[in-house]
Amino acid sequence: MTDNDQGLIEALKRALPAANLLWQKEDTSPYECDGLAAYRTLPLAVALPENEAQVRAVLKVCNEFGVPVVPRGAGTGLSGGAMPIQEGIVLSTAKMNQILTIDPLSRRAVLQPGVRNLAISDAAAPYGLYYAPDPSSQIACSIGGNVAENSGGVHCLKYGLTVNNVIQVRAVLMDGEVVEFGTEALDAPGLDLLAVMIGSEGMLAVVTEVTVRLVPRPPVARVIMASFDDMTKAGNAVADVIAAGLIPAGLEMMDKAATRAVEEFVHAGYDLDAEAILLCESDGTEEEVSEEIERMSAVLRESGAIRIQVSQSEAERMVFWSGRKNAFPAAGRISPDYYCMDGTIPKKAIATLLNQIKEMEDRYGLRCMNVFHAGDGNMHPLILFDGADEDQWHRAETFGNEILEACVALGGTITGEHGVGIEKINTMCVQFDEKERDAFFGVKAAFDPAKLLNPDKAIPTLHRCAEYGRMHVHRGQLPHANLPRF
Amino acid sequence: MADLTNEFVAQIKDAAGQQSALIIEGSGSKRWYGNAVNEQNKLSTPGHTGILDYDPAELVLTARAGTTIVELEKALAERGQMLPFEPPRYSLASTLGGVIAAGLSGPARPYAGGVRDFVLGLHIIDGKGDELKFGGQVMKNVAGYDVSRLMTGSLGILGLMTQVSLKVLPVPLAQSTLCFELSEAAAIHQVNAWSAKPLPITGSAWYQGVLSVRLAGARAAVASAEQQLGGTKLAPDVALKLWIDLQNQTHAFFCNASVMSGRGSLWRMSLPAIAPAINAATIPGAQDQLIEWGGAQRWLWSDASPESIRMLARSMGGHAVLFNNQHAIGDVFDQLNPALLAIHQRLKNTFDPHGIFNPGRLYQGL
Repeated sequence: MTDNDQGLIEALKRALPAANLLWQKEDTSPYECDGLAAYRTLPLAVALPENEAQVRAVLKVCNEFGVPVVPRGAGTGLSGGAMPIQEGIVLSTAKMNQILTIDPLSRRAVLQPGVRNLAISDAAAPYGLYYAPDPSSQIACSIGGNVAENSGGVHCLKYGLTVNNVIQVRAVLMDGEVVEFGTEALDAPGLDLLAVMIGSEGMLAVVTEVTVRLVPRPPVARVIMASFDDMTKAGNAVADVIAAGLIPAGLEMMDKAATRAVEEFVHAGYDLDAEAILLCESDGTEEEVSEEIERMSAVLRESGAIRIQVSQSEAERMVFWSGRKNAFPAAGRISPDYYCMDGTIPKKAIATLLNQIKEMEDRYGLRCMNVFHAGDGNMHPLILFDGADEDQWHRAETFGNEILEACVALGGTITGEHGVGIEKINTMCVQFDEKERDAFFGVKAAFDPAKLLNPDKAIPTLHRCAEYGRMHVHRGQLPHANLPRF
Repeated sequence: MADLTNEFVAQIKDAAGQQSALIIEGSGSKRWYGNAVNEQNKLSTPGHTGILDYDPAELVLTARAGTTIVELEKALAERGQMLPFEPPRYSLASTLGGVIAAGLSGPARPYAGGVRDFVLGLHIIDGKGDELKFGGQVMKNVAGYDVSRLMTGSLGILGLMTQVSLKVLPVPLAQSTLCFELSEAAAIHQVNAWSAKPLPITGSAWYQGVLSVRLAGARAAVASAEQQLGGTKLAPDVALKLWIDLQNQTHAFFCNASVMSGRGSLWRMSLPAIAPAINAATIPGAQDQLIEWGGAQRWLWSDASPESIRMLARSMGGHAVLFNNQHAIGDVFDQLNPALLAIHQRLKNTFDPHGIFNPGRLYQGL
């Protein structure tokens, strides 16, 4: 540790209670990665402020020392957005986990950033309300992290993403200044900076308070499980449901590889012969759901579903969903490691992309199972590999990048809900040109002129993109030289 | 259908070179909105037209910014879809670009979302004449900062939008409007209490002692909500006119010109939905309010001082907009605190370094 580092630790000790600052290796190592465990770095220290005043104090110290700060929520992120910087600190909001108010009449909850996503809905449940965005990590992920990533979930098509459900964010800028984005009303004077904050991956300001919209819990939900003997037919069925004027509460798809993996795990009674399975959910009042389920079933049958089952009870609905919700652990069960991608494409391109992925599986010699939020075209291909074999990891990584590039070529994006972080920083070069990336750097500098807040994430430099472009020429031969490995 | 991108780039580079202001204008139907600007040098968008992509199964429509809203709505209606945020149409010539730049939404705002909730991506030409693309044509996209929403409601101060992709939704199968005689305070409470229940409410308005509630959705849902709420059901044509008049601000509250002239300025107060009723003792003119958005948008003709109206809105957790600036009394929008203003200034410098686009329209100095 250098003298300057020592000075920083001393200054942070004055800013925080003793128990809220970690700098010994054995204490900081749990923070060396987030949900993307492939990328790890040990930070200088980890600060765990309990309130906004402590957040300000920590940021002021770091600003003074010119030390970068990586904000961290629950650490469940899948793109390495909270991966530490060696010469910087991690600022965890985990201790700021109080629900400040829930107002059932105005349907608002005011939360500290460390409140878990599911805890919001639990607290709102007595009023018949809930918080709609439900990322699959909702039992663990925090609202502050949801704001950073603009998290989605399986119900976004009907209920929107984080950006559509957060009305105000209070945050601290790198210089310690407290700002409020949005108001308690539905809009705010000036530019829509709230929208810019949401999905900004902790690069603009540290969130200290979030006000969310709560919505009434629909009294009834039922899900259709439809089997298809052909992937293209299933892809078209998704489009047909939407074109018929239906907006399902959830519309999910799994390919055969995924169905087989999860069935072994959850025994949900999935059709193992089907090439694809669609889960199509309706929620609302009893009458509304009956009407919609009937219309949805008719469309799915018309589109070539070979088998249709409708959940007859809440328990059965949960069973139908269990496979989809356990797709990731199921992948972990049949393979030592898996690499989850997150591209989004127009729905009409689903079958095309799946065929391309099939071809890539052969070429890279790795298996891939596909689960996705079909209703909004957000794909989660899970590339199966063994991390103990370095060559397999290289292939998995290149395979993943090729999928993302295919998503961009099909008119989509490299990330639908997991964020860019460190993981997809290179593929950002494919989606945005130099001038667009410059504009992003300008947006960052508008909030964080010193560029100390989660620097070098999400937006690649020109140099990095040039490097990535060169790698492209020799795909698979040149490792990502400037990325940490394991 | 014409692509004027190259002409726009040339005009912008020219203005940037001379560091002279360029006022972006669509049809001009919202020329009165925002702070007054010197209109010498205009960049006119209505020639830049055309729907570029629309596939109902994708729920996404992409069009050039000069395309009229009427044309978009016609194309959508043919496929049973709509713009869920119900933008006010002040003229048949209103353009897509103008709607996005103004960021104004209609009666469905608190229920379906506002303009910003439906903008998926856009192309802009920045103040250096560079063409940039942000967002895309898909529902979920978190690659890079959300510049598309930053542009929404920016009144054109950051760049020229040339192309916009919007999320669209199906037209509900059934619709119904119920009316209830209620005081202002009772109406605000009631509509919020109903909104906390799983009812298909998609619009609400209170005017002169009557609360109107619009229900829309699946037939069965609307029918059962009608039963649950009671009230008096409006004839379909009367209901349709009510919501169109509210959307386009052609409702009697806005239009009674003879009364209007003596009523001072039109204020749009954006407040938390459950903010208490505003009475005539606090603000002159408060007796004739139009309340929308379940209490979150309160319209008021008043000659009270702008500061007193802004103070009241701020004290309730919202803000006030001097909506119709025809009397030109000071700033249209609530002032920003220094930290937020500094962020605004740096964003302006990033996208429009020569300060050519719509200077002063949103705030002095931007």
